[in-house]
Amino acid sequence: MINWFKYSAPSTFYPLAGKLIPVFWTLAALLGAIGLYISFFVAPTDAQQGEGYRIIFIHVPASWMSMFIYCIMAFWSLLGLTFNTRLSGMMTRALAPTGALFAFLSLWTGALWGKPMWGAWWVWDARLTSELILFFLYIGFMALQAAIDDPRRADRAGALLSLVGVVNVPIIYFSVKWWNTLHQGASVSLTKSPSMATTMLWGMLTMALAFWAYTIAVALMRARTIMLEREGNTEWVQHLPDVKEAA
Amino acid sequence: MQWNNASEFFAMGGYGFYVWGSFGLCTLAMIAEPLLVCQRRKRAIKQIQNQLN
Repeated sequence: MINWFKYSAPSTFYPLAGKLIPVFWTLAALLGAIGLYISFFVAPTDAQQGEGYRIIFIHVPASWMSMFIYCIMAFWSLLGLTFNTRLSGMMTRALAPTGALFAFLSLWTGALWGKPMWGAWWVWDARLTSELILFFLYIGFMALQAAIDDPRRADRAGALLSLVGVVNVPIIYFSVKWWNTLHQGASVSLTKSPSMATTMLWGMLTMALAFWAYTIAVALMRARTIMLEREGNTEWVQHLPDVKEAA
Repeated sequence: MQWNNASEFFAMGGYGFYVWGSFGLCTLAMIAEPLLVCQRRKRAIKQIQNQLN
């Protein structure tokens, strides 16, 4: 069995993450290129929305990521509160800005899609409003972390906030079922076959995988930076080749 | 392929502003974010080095 606790020590996690980052950047670039190619050159014109529907290829993956990332933050928070490991707080912190970015992109692309199709940049519909709340939760998490000086206390406070806030994720997901929303229902679900052309579906899934790889790469980069910031006075950081090299 | 020439591609059937506004900002953001992290990393390394010297 793998000793997971060994990898939860920043000193072992740091070099491991360093090896993984280029792998995920390569994956992100490859999948992104294929995804964009499908989005613009393979997927056919939509019968109702013409070429305007192509926003779906980033809108849906960005929205998915904004929800997934929050769930992963809640997962790390739970681990952090249970095992009191330093890594979990660092990972939660490393993920938050990327999650906020995807929540923002989801709202932004949604507005640019809503205007030509619905005639409004924004409506106070359950789906849109709950996604906006998710964006505020990310901002709130980051503000809370920045406001508390002691990193370990900030970690615990942030962990509580992300665990409480995670209740919003199923609300976003099911909002189109529970309420009458202007936002359309799910085109892809776990229980039914998707209600869209297969090429469109493949484009969306490829873009979603590219966003996954991007998220992992950038979150690992940020986690490593947080380790340097927090553990700058420890032996293992001071002996890192990264720190010694440029000196 | 549904485009006959480049201008048709950029016009996106009249939805150019909305489609390129979405894809454009996404691309910019996903280039800017890793660059900002790189900057933060360099700052962190500088600080440790200053502390050591």
